[in-house]
Amino acid sequence: MITVKSSLTALGQYVQLMGRVCSRPDRMRMFLKQYVTEMYQLGYNSIPIVLVISFFIGAVICLQIKLNIQSPWMPRMVVGYTTREIMLLEFSSSIMCLILAGKVGSNIASEIGTMRITQQIDALDIMGVNSANYLILPKITGLMTIMPILVTFSVMAGILGAYATSLMGYTSVAELDEGFRYQFNQWFFWCGMIKAVVYAFIITSVSSYKGYTVEGGSVEVGKSSTDAVVHSSILVLFSDIFLTSILT
Amino acid sequence: MIELKHLYKSFEDKDVLKDINATFNNGKVNLIIGQSGSGKTVLMKNIVGLLEPTKGQILYDGRDFVSLGKKEKILLRREMGMIFQAAALFDSMNVLENVMFPLDMFSDMPYEDRVKRAKDCLARVNLTGSEHKFPGEISGGMQKRVAIARAIVLQPKYLFCDEPNSGLDPKTSIVIDELISGITHEDNITTIVNTHDMNSVMGIGENITFICKGRAEWQGANTDIMDATNKELEDFIFSSDILRQAKQLHDQQKGNIG
Repeated sequence: MITVKSSLTALGQYVQLMGRVCSRPDRMRMFLKQYVTEMYQLGYNSIPIVLVISFFIGAVICLQIKLNIQSPWMPRMVVGYTTREIMLLEFSSSIMCLILAGKVGSNIASEIGTMRITQQIDALDIMGVNSANYLILPKITGLMTIMPILVTFSVMAGILGAYATSLMGYTSVAELDEGFRYQFNQWFFWCGMIKAVVYAFIITSVSSYKGYTVEGGSVEVGKSSTDAVVHSSILVLFSDIFLTSILT
Repeated sequence: MIELKHLYKSFEDKDVLKDINATFNNGKVNLIIGQSGSGKTVLMKNIVGLLEPTKGQILYDGRDFVSLGKKEKILLRREMGMIFQAAALFDSMNVLENVMFPLDMFSDMPYEDRVKRAKDCLARVNLTGSEHKFPGEISGGMQKRVAIARAIVLQPKYLFCDEPNSGLDPKTSIVIDELISGITHEDNITTIVNTHDMNSVMGIGENITFICKGRAEWQGANTDIMDATNKELEDFIFSSDILRQAKQLHDQQKGNIG
């Protein structure tokens, strides 16, 4: 009973906070400055991890299909085709966002949580600044802008990873090429983009909420950071089922 | 001038502030003093609007902050400056950016003028040359001075300081007190300082409100404190040997003169 009550209270607080976030910024030039900064910090700084993970996962998916699934009864292009579909439909959008929920979510929750316990947010409120809008809106819009670009990079890195297996002699460039081009459905790419935008909103808004509502000290900031990752990951997975069922 | 009328604040069943009545004068350093847990910080948070009082009025030159609308509250807040116990500087900004922040948010001044105004405020708190340092690179005393510069950059009518000397050595505390006092008199600001630093009480307390167990027990100037007859105030102020001896000396001298 207490859990239901506290969950509903948290949901109400989250909706109220988003109401404050989604208002016109006090000063547009400050918003744009923060927006660019957040795109750089949350998005640009995540490019290396996205490229590295996607490259190796692309290579491993390709190898697994080649070694464990492909048989003489299957066409040779199935390796490239399956790798492309997995990267495009699930890995680069959903799993990559799940990984980013760990990196970006904990970063946001600890940053805002520290600002809360060191009274920096109180300082903004006393100045008459809408602190929720000033701190959170640039993070949400920044990551929602850059996440589709990260997903595109992830798909490209995964495909490059798959090509890299040909250097090891497991596959050939020709068979991968054939698979990658086989019955390409452009809508699958846009599905990934839509998912990326929704997940970016979930990760930033949930993590910001967790950080913004911290009470106490450094222990609570650490806990909020963990909660931010756990809750945003669960919500990403939950919405993955929902989005997959309505988009494909 | 800020007036508190019959101010109450409760948290669930616990009454933290009980029927507080106090006046904080314009152009004077008004101190709120009291033991830890007496309700000073809750009172300060109510005055600046970080907490909503359960009952009562907070009048800013006749404007009741509690009953103002959202927009009026925001406009009134722009007349306030606040210095926090831990300075509360923005970690991601350097000293100059911290001081410029209120101007960036609320002023239409050109960039060059904003920089000039921020540098003038930094010069006023003797921090010229530290513009490009980050909060983590400067001492606690310097952080407090940056906080003062940020608080005064928009030329506020009301200045609030929450334990500004907390964590500072006595010499630096005196520097901060003198800065707060100087700015208050020069700019004719209503300043409220929340403190339990006896040096501040004796040095700059022109109008002191003593809070004990959530009630305003005594109000007067630092010059009246030696003659105050309130038992709780005496126990609080003269708790150290040095101040108790000073009080005895004062009473003896007064007796001799009498």
